[in-house]
Amino acid sequence: MDNLSVDHLIGIENLTARDIEIIFQTADRFKEVINRPIKKVPSLRDTTIANVFFENSTRTKLSFELAEKRLSADVVNFSASSSSVKKGETLVDTVNNILSMKVDMVVMRHPNPGAAKFLSERVKAKVINAGDGTHEHPTQALLDAYSIREKLGGVEGKKVVIVGDILHSRVALSNIYALQKLGAEVMVCGPTTLIPKYIHELGVKVEHNLRNALEWCDVANMLRIQLERQDIQYFPSLREYTMLYGLDKKLLNSLSKEIVVMHPGPINRGVEITSDVADSKQSIILNQVENGVAIRMAVIYLLAAKIER
Amino acid sequence: METQVILNAKQFDLTLQRLCRQLIENHDDFSNTVLIGLQPRGIRVLNRLKELIEEILDKEIQCGSLDITFHRDDFRRRETPLIPSVTNIDFSLENKKIVLIDDVLYTGRTIRAGLDAMLAYGRPNNVELLVFVDRRFKRHLPIQADYIGKTVDSLVSERVSVEWKEIEGEDKVILYTKENNG
Repeated sequence: MDNLSVDHLIGIENLTARDIEIIFQTADRFKEVINRPIKKVPSLRDTTIANVFFENSTRTKLSFELAEKRLSADVVNFSASSSSVKKGETLVDTVNNILSMKVDMVVMRHPNPGAAKFLSERVKAKVINAGDGTHEHPTQALLDAYSIREKLGGVEGKKVVIVGDILHSRVALSNIYALQKLGAEVMVCGPTTLIPKYIHELGVKVEHNLRNALEWCDVANMLRIQLERQDIQYFPSLREYTMLYGLDKKLLNSLSKEIVVMHPGPINRGVEITSDVADSKQSIILNQVENGVAIRMAVIYLLAAKIER
Repeated sequence: METQVILNAKQFDLTLQRLCRQLIENHDDFSNTVLIGLQPRGIRVLNRLKELIEEILDKEIQCGSLDITFHRDDFRRRETPLIPSVTNIDFSLENKKIVLIDDVLYTGRTIRAGLDAMLAYGRPNNVELLVFVDRRFKRHLPIQADYIGKTVDSLVSERVSVEWKEIEGEDKVILYTKENNG
């Protein structure tokens, strides 16, 4: 049996289609495990994992922590807001201090793009990127593609549109890589100011009209407007964004076919999608959250097999 | 590699028939009994026994398949992790009588992991073990079977393989022995 071609999960860009398929197959089994009365397996009882978050996160951190605990790993949590990072310690020093306490794997979120790769080249532990600035968020892309596979029976040949703030979104970039490697067609849709100028070089379609994009696709992934990353104004007002790029029930019902609606969370209800869309039967937002735990268990399990003792 | 046939098709069938009747003798009408096959190869023994028992009892018996990949004790001692198979137990094992089924019992480690994995589905009343072939030497753990198809004395360097007509084309048990280099 084969394992992943990589030693760390830095980004989807470094994975092969076969890697993604191995992760999905393993996640299938973990999904069955987390639906048992006893949701735990003992595989990683000899492994210690540090969750190092230099940026706020609720869902991702919770999801990783649950995944680790369900694999029986020991977990330590570290968040920058309450740590010595504020006292001027460097990233490598911080992590090496944690590793001296015999930690085998680091799950890291950091505001700087490339932080996970930087770390993986400098420490002995396995590194999983839980989001590095506007670069990649690989586990989110894996769980999104996995949720599409589950809902539609496969990813190959499907048409997926990613709507919203593509410029600041690590979810968008990771999703584009993952979906393309699995043979899906990808389109991005949003106001001109939020679409990177050279994005078409990644082989994605670009569309500025939401209705046209939705008519084309099988799946719409509605991204959150990341107000915290916007140092200048990219659009005149949230109200105008909502009118042009918000998805409501009326628009959804007027399409010629039924599409699947996704959202990586957290939702700004009434901004990128309305409440009745988020809670409709076409939405698989909560399935995404459940699949997140199974996907993260699979990634951690497969990388843990590469830990050298 | 030299091979030696331990059970041919006819003996193979007789052994299955005997195991089936031993099970019926001890479990009566199977009302509270569940047969669980260990993935991947125990499932073949399970399927054949299920067929035979159902024919005799003229009713359906409860069966499940159990994958033990996540419960193995050799994770990271192998080159690569094993990609798990499907576990299919969609009922509680609480207070049931369980018969765990595998094809070859050797070190006992698989059965140990199987017992561990099984407990995630509830606390059974009692658990028995059925194996088609028992390689009785070189056990690593104090585990013995309650029902044995065939006992085989073999060396560590040898390998026992149970083959099935559905998969390999013929029912037989083969012992692979290394050539003697003096």
